[in-house]
Amino acid sequence: MTISADTILNVHSIESFGTHDGPGIRFVIFLQGCKLKCLYCHNPDTIAMEGGEPYTVKALFDMVMKAKPYFGKHGGVTVSGGEPLLQAKALIPFFKLLKAEGIHTAIDTNGRILNHFVTELLDHYTDLVLLDIKHMTEEGYQYLTGMKNHQTTFNFAQHREKTGKAMWLRYVLIPGLTNKPELLQAMGTYFKDFTTIEKLEILPYHKLGVHKWEALGWEYQLKDARENTATELLEAKALLQPSFENISIN
Amino acid sequence: MEVTKFISGSWTKTVNVRDFVFNNITPYHGTSAFLEGPTKSTLKLWDICTQAMAEERANNGVRSVDTETISTIDAFGPGYIDKDNEIIVGLQTDELLKRAMKPFGGFKVVEKALSEHGKVPNEKLTELFSKYVKTHNDGVFDAYNDEIRNYRSLGILTGLPDNYARGRIIGDYRRIALYGIDFLIESKIKDLASITGPMTEDVIRLREEVSEQIKALNAMKTLGNSYEIDLSKPATNAREAVQWTYMAYLAAVKEQDGAAMSLGNVSTFLDIYIENDLQQGLISELEAQEYIDQFVMKLRVVRHLRMQAYDEIFAGDPTWVTEAIGGMFHDGRTKVTKTSFRFLNTLYNLGASPEPNMTVLWSEDLPENFKEFCAKVAIETSSLQFENDALMRDSRGSDDYGIACCVSHQDLGKSIQFFGARTNLAKTLLLAINGGRCELTGEQVLEGIPVDKDEYLDFNKVMTNFKVAMQEVARVYCDTMNIIHYMHDKYYYEKAQMALIDTNPHIDIAYGIAGLSIVADSLSAIKYAKVKPIRNEDGLTVDFSIEGAFPKYGNDDDRVDALAVQAVSDFNNELKQFPIYKNATPTLSVLTITSNVVYGKKTGATPDGRALGVPFAPGANPMHGRDEMGAIASLNSVAKIRYEDAQDGISNTFSVVPKSLGADVETRVQNLISILDGYFSNKAQHININVLDKATLLDAMEHPEAYPQLTIRVSGYAVNFVRLTREQQMEVISRSFHESM
Repeated sequence: MTISADTILNVHSIESFGTHDGPGIRFVIFLQGCKLKCLYCHNPDTIAMEGGEPYTVKALFDMVMKAKPYFGKHGGVTVSGGEPLLQAKALIPFFKLLKAEGIHTAIDTNGRILNHFVTELLDHYTDLVLLDIKHMTEEGYQYLTGMKNHQTTFNFAQHREKTGKAMWLRYVLIPGLTNKPELLQAMGTYFKDFTTIEKLEILPYHKLGVHKWEALGWEYQLKDARENTATELLEAKALLQPSFENISIN
Repeated sequence: MEVTKFISGSWTKTVNVRDFVFNNITPYHGTSAFLEGPTKSTLKLWDICTQAMAEERANNGVRSVDTETISTIDAFGPGYIDKDNEIIVGLQTDELLKRAMKPFGGFKVVEKALSEHGKVPNEKLTELFSKYVKTHNDGVFDAYNDEIRNYRSLGILTGLPDNYARGRIIGDYRRIALYGIDFLIESKIKDLASITGPMTEDVIRLREEVSEQIKALNAMKTLGNSYEIDLSKPATNAREAVQWTYMAYLAAVKEQDGAAMSLGNVSTFLDIYIENDLQQGLISELEAQEYIDQFVMKLRVVRHLRMQAYDEIFAGDPTWVTEAIGGMFHDGRTKVTKTSFRFLNTLYNLGASPEPNMTVLWSEDLPENFKEFCAKVAIETSSLQFENDALMRDSRGSDDYGIACCVSHQDLGKSIQFFGARTNLAKTLLLAINGGRCELTGEQVLEGIPVDKDEYLDFNKVMTNFKVAMQEVARVYCDTMNIIHYMHDKYYYEKAQMALIDTNPHIDIAYGIAGLSIVADSLSAIKYAKVKPIRNEDGLTVDFSIEGAFPKYGNDDDRVDALAVQAVSDFNNELKQFPIYKNATPTLSVLTITSNVVYGKKTGATPDGRALGVPFAPGANPMHGRDEMGAIASLNSVAKIRYEDAQDGISNTFSVVPKSLGADVETRVQNLISILDGYFSNKAQHININVLDKATLLDAMEHPEAYPQLTIRVSGYAVNFVRLTREQQMEVISRSFHESM
């Protein structure tokens, strides 16, 4: 084994039976650390840069190989987080090993980082990008994520589009915050001509992560937000339908 | 014999149903689109049955019971649900759901069961069985020694078939349809003539057994006649084939009330007749489905008379009418036929049900359309279990087999099984830690283990002592089983079933263990963390304190999984060291039925941190909540237990909430197929699939009347959830439901 197999990834947790982060059955690795602090984050314990457990690429690869018989025609590995691309350099040898085994690879990202490690990882070894669209406006993006420059997401999407490789968009739908007709229309307008978007996943807002915020001693700031009604979900879908061929509500 | 419409083979000359199926099968690769719904007659009958079952539940689980008649093959007159609408006829007694006395397993058991429903047996019978007639139960307790009695009462050996019938034997019920009884009698008469002297005990016994079988075959003819059916000749069409096969099974469940009375593998056999009639334009698909619906309906109303105590180990009044469906022939052809689909379709036509216990023999090579249909049925009904066909075929050699009880391979017509419940392996480990004393009573159970006074448990010492404890438990277990099966043969011989099996079959003796995950985690804690025994003033370890972390079974971590694998292998090897009745081959299961709850009650605190009284995980499952890496890692841990070390079967129960299996129905179907293909390619043996929301189960606890058919899979079988005790319901709900989102 080459030295790169000793590369360390900082892992928050592992789910060997992921069914909601890419196609088929996924071996999902949640990496530790994210620069954003999204108000609705349902894994807030992955945000801190410290903590997590170090795994060598080889160790993770061995674990994946044990799950490989379950991947069937569509499954594979998804690296999520946290923000996985903060560890893009270390992910390159990992994904190289996976691709050598013919395993489908996916990255679930907020699309803020686009350095040469990221482009090497994405362009050569990542079959699918799950790109989170946080908000269509700068103001909304800052409110939701605590970070500036919402344009980074779009630059990221443009890059992926240029490579011609597959991408799914994911959009957390919060009544009054991200579920507004003008925002949905803006999203449709921006992405309608993309050819690499296989699917738009609408993730209806839920409060399942609230207890984790409390456990961390943080104040949950979206207390007043509510879940979408069935009608709101259908209306949102109807607005997006003209621009996206394949929309799922998860 | 009339064989004109079928391709002949060795089956035409000697009894060989496998050869008939092999030569005449029409494998089916298409979709489920051809299936038909129920006929009006079927629905009318099922209405009557569901009403009767509601009355049964309302009446403390028994609708009616006969106190006058000993149930034998030809006891009782004919019984009907609604004669005019019945295409397939036959009930165990003269009335739907009426239970009958089968006292040869044990008369006291019958008396107890009756008294729990305010009844007493006929006075004459009581006199007979208390003064003149001896039963299996009487015989066993005449022979038991103090040691065995002690192991039983302390809960080291539990659920033994010493006060109920052993079951598990599968008659090849297809034989009556294919050959007719006259041919079978002739064949048995020839066998009897060839069993010659010197008249040793074995030879004498076999001669007596075959003579009994011939009597049973004649009694089956009488049973048929009471329904105006002539079973002496082979079935000539599809309806007769279904009817004849059912009559053979009915004979078995009239005579025997064994814990598990499996059906075998009849669907593919019956398909040959159905396909023939369809090809000739004699019947329509609607009629074909009607035969199967009505047959399955009859299997759903099979009842035995049980004591309430029985419910602790086998909850929900199960009968284990296990039917194996699908699988492959050695030559690579699939055994899936349209009738495999028709059997599964009964779960839609009649609604979900625990019985018959439908078991899909899974292989990666099964037709894709069949895989999809099975996955869909499993997701929508939680009524299916799956077993690894490739593994069992390769390991056991036969491609014509049924599943005895829950998970056990049985070569049909060629092989039988002596059932032996299970021993408590977690308690065995506690004996090792306590110098051979019971952790609850302090009683000295076994010798040869030094008293441990160390501050912390030493892994090597514990392993050495555990081995001694396993040896001793295996010795007593073997002694016990020998007595039980000797007496069962003597006093409650299964003549009806054995009449439909080759005269000198291979015999597996089926041992079992409970508490595997606790043993694995306990040994892991001792090895990788520091475990301090907390001893009472009597020096008995009553609790443990664990310092540090340790790997837990269920996370695909070899450090601990290897301990589980080793424990199974070691105990299996110990069982091979002792002489066994009728030279049976020892096999081992990792299976609990619902006894994991009662085992928990009888077992003190364990070194893995489990408190006294807490239920065990079912079968080979990891302990509740300890599988932290998701379902695949959990499945992989179980898959490591080697089938060659546990040839009686390794049960795993997989429960998942629908949403976690996939976002939509199509994805769920594909994901379940991937799970089954993956799990079995890793050489796992068995899996139950439940796709249910916890909320549904909680609601069913509060409103049982709204969920009469809610079916869930437990270790190796399925039950009506509402027929479990509250404690068992809570245990099911507290189990690991995979629900990552």
